[in-house]
Amino acid sequence: MTNSPESTGPTEVTVSVHASPIAPETAENDSAETGVLDRETFDRIREPRAPGRLPLGDGTWHQLARQYVWVQLISTGVVMVIVLAAVLLLTLVWGQWWAWIPGGVLLSILIWTVAITPRQARAYGYQLRRDDLVFRRGILWQRVVAVPYGRMQLVDITHGPLDRGFGIAQLKLVTAAASTGVVIPGLTQEAAERLRDTLVDVAEERRTGL
Amino acid sequence: MSDSSPLPPQPSAAAAPTAVAESLSDGEWHRLHPLTPLFRGGLFLVVVAGIVIANLRDRLIYLFLPWLDEDIAVDIDVEDMQGGDPIDFIIANDLYLVAGLALLGILIVLIALFYLSWRFHTFRITGDDVEVRSGVLFRTHRRAPLDRVQGVNLTRPMFARLVGMAKLEVVGAGLDSNVKLEYLSTANAEAVRADILRLASGRQLAERRADTGTPTGPRAPVRVRASAVVGAGLNGLISGAEEPVAEPESVVHIPVGRLIASRLLSTSTLWLLAIVVAIIVGSIAGTPWVLFSLVPALIGFGAYWIRTITRSLRYSIAPTPSGVRVTFGLFTTITEILPPGRVHAVEVSQSILWRPFGWWEITVNRLSGRGLADGAADQFATVLPVGTRADVERVLRLLLPDLPETEWPLVFEHGILGPRSDDPYTNTPRRARLLRILSWKRNGFLLLPDALLLRRGAVWRTLAVFPLARLQSIGLEQGPLDRALSVAGIRAHTIAGRVDGRLGILDRDAALALFDGVAAATVAAANRDRSHRWAGDDPEGEPERADVPDEAEAVTPGPRQDGAVHAEAGPIRSPQDGEERP
Repeated sequence: MTNSPESTGPTEVTVSVHASPIAPETAENDSAETGVLDRETFDRIREPRAPGRLPLGDGTWHQLARQYVWVQLISTGVVMVIVLAAVLLLTLVWGQWWAWIPGGVLLSILIWTVAITPRQARAYGYQLRRDDLVFRRGILWQRVVAVPYGRMQLVDITHGPLDRGFGIAQLKLVTAAASTGVVIPGLTQEAAERLRDTLVDVAEERRTGL
Repeated sequence: MSDSSPLPPQPSAAAAPTAVAESLSDGEWHRLHPLTPLFRGGLFLVVVAGIVIANLRDRLIYLFLPWLDEDIAVDIDVEDMQGGDPIDFIIANDLYLVAGLALLGILIVLIALFYLSWRFHTFRITGDDVEVRSGVLFRTHRRAPLDRVQGVNLTRPMFARLVGMAKLEVVGAGLDSNVKLEYLSTANAEAVRADILRLASGRQLAERRADTGTPTGPRAPVRVRASAVVGAGLNGLISGAEEPVAEPESVVHIPVGRLIASRLLSTSTLWLLAIVVAIIVGSIAGTPWVLFSLVPALIGFGAYWIRTITRSLRYSIAPTPSGVRVTFGLFTTITEILPPGRVHAVEVSQSILWRPFGWWEITVNRLSGRGLADGAADQFATVLPVGTRADVERVLRLLLPDLPETEWPLVFEHGILGPRSDDPYTNTPRRARLLRILSWKRNGFLLLPDALLLRRGAVWRTLAVFPLARLQSIGLEQGPLDRALSVAGIRAHTIAGRVDGRLGILDRDAALALFDGVAAATVAAANRDRSHRWAGDDPEGEPERADVPDEAEAVTPGPRQDGAVHAEAGPIRSPQDGEERP
């Protein structure tokens, strides 16, 4: 865990469209958060095209950092190389031709993953409303979750070595319900830390029972 | 616990229960019942004895039943006394004295260990926490904050019950976060439970004596009392009396016949029938030997039925000032009190087999301090094993005391039995009925000011009620097929349990409106909710009234909460800091 000191971005108040602006607590602090949250991120949520989709609605959506795609591509690529090497070893050195069957299945899944990663990354989004955090992900399988600030039990930041290299981190929100499952995978580290501090403050202020 | 081996049985005069202490909840450290090690180690002792007896079986038969020795003598091989068997060795070398002394030494050491572990196992109940310290070498100190208490169970296993002892379990809000006080005499346990709940509710302990009527009868000589307790325990086993504390009258009575019939008509019976059919078909088509596998299947199911039936016997549910009191179990009786606001979801369900009889089952999602995989968790989830509609109504009113009178018809008439002609629920749209072929008219939701009702299933009818003050978050889901039909599914997220919060195939716009509505209503309901100290400012013990906006609550009253749960500090303070002491 790098524990970098509070790196505040340029202070600017983003005016959100909806009647529910950024959490008032943060606004009265310095509102630097929106600047930090939106630095080096995608700028448009990717949605399914069908008219029956779950719409974006009002409010500002914050998105993932662009580097997240690279981290995902590299880690998938590494797995792909390992699988390929294993299959080649088995077939060329030991002549086990059946290895292409599981290897092929695995490789095609990995190639598919690589192909959809950039689209997937653009579909993630989160919104800080007045009383809750809204999180969305997925294009084919859309999922939207609203977590009231008072329900948050802990906020977890993790980053692996590759994540650190690209300066991103994963933020996980935990409530008493395991099914809530809000994991924001690719935030810049400043954004993750800023978001964590904001969420903890707000959660503390609006704490409710379990 | 560093030591949990058995204490050899003591003379039965020691089985006298200690008198009801003046108060075990006065904020001082107290010890548990002195017979505790016997009961905690009892199982271990039986296992050890079993192993020893199994290993010495031949020798015991040879010793006590010498007329059977013709074929056994060959096994024992009397000639070779110097062999590996230690008992042969002792007999051959006349080491009786040494062996006896060694045995005595082991016994003394064990007794000393037990005495120590009992002495070091203390508990304390203060206005804010329940604390337990235990262990001799490795000290464990566990503290549970009272405002997070999710319930208090009194478990009385068969043997402990005979001598009037019980274990008390304070249910905390995490996995393996329960604080156990095992064992206390039943009277003490009841008193401690009443005190814990009273303290947790925010009322003062001073009111205690007035309304519990803690039994303090005249003192009899120890031996007389011992026999009286055993006698009462035996009576209690048969008649089901809840000595020594007066049991509040149950609002539901389940006839034994109905209970047995309902267990036989469960879905597992369908599985059994399927297995039987498969076995018979197999024996006809293949070899007749397959028929023999019927025997273990039937035995297994028989044991399962007997277990579930004995568990649900002696069921009662009653309101008390500190919450709903549920009692069940024939051999091991569990009495548990659920304080208000600890029920996270309630589901009324009916399988198709029960429909002709009009029976329903009620399960809840609650924090029982156990994992889902734990068998006992299931037991704590079922609040009403089987009941008629009138029973269901009474139990639901106990579990959801905050629902206004006007909303009950929405639950009973429309939710449980529906749909009726003027259906207030928002159902699966007609265009998507192929995705809910049987239940599309029933599959729907209704959002009330403080509860979300999900109505599902035509064959297995269920109605799930989620109190919004307990709802953790709300999700909206849509797959490609849903999108083509412009429908979506919602999912209410609560703590893990048997009640599922998913409701699929709703009109997309209705689902979006519901999502926003629930998100807003949850926050409002959570702000109104004050059940963590459910009788705090209110001596009548009247829990939260829905229409009083209470901003004082949002600012977290008292010193309890600041340290208790930091957002980054974890879901609960499930404190278990072991400090080593030589």
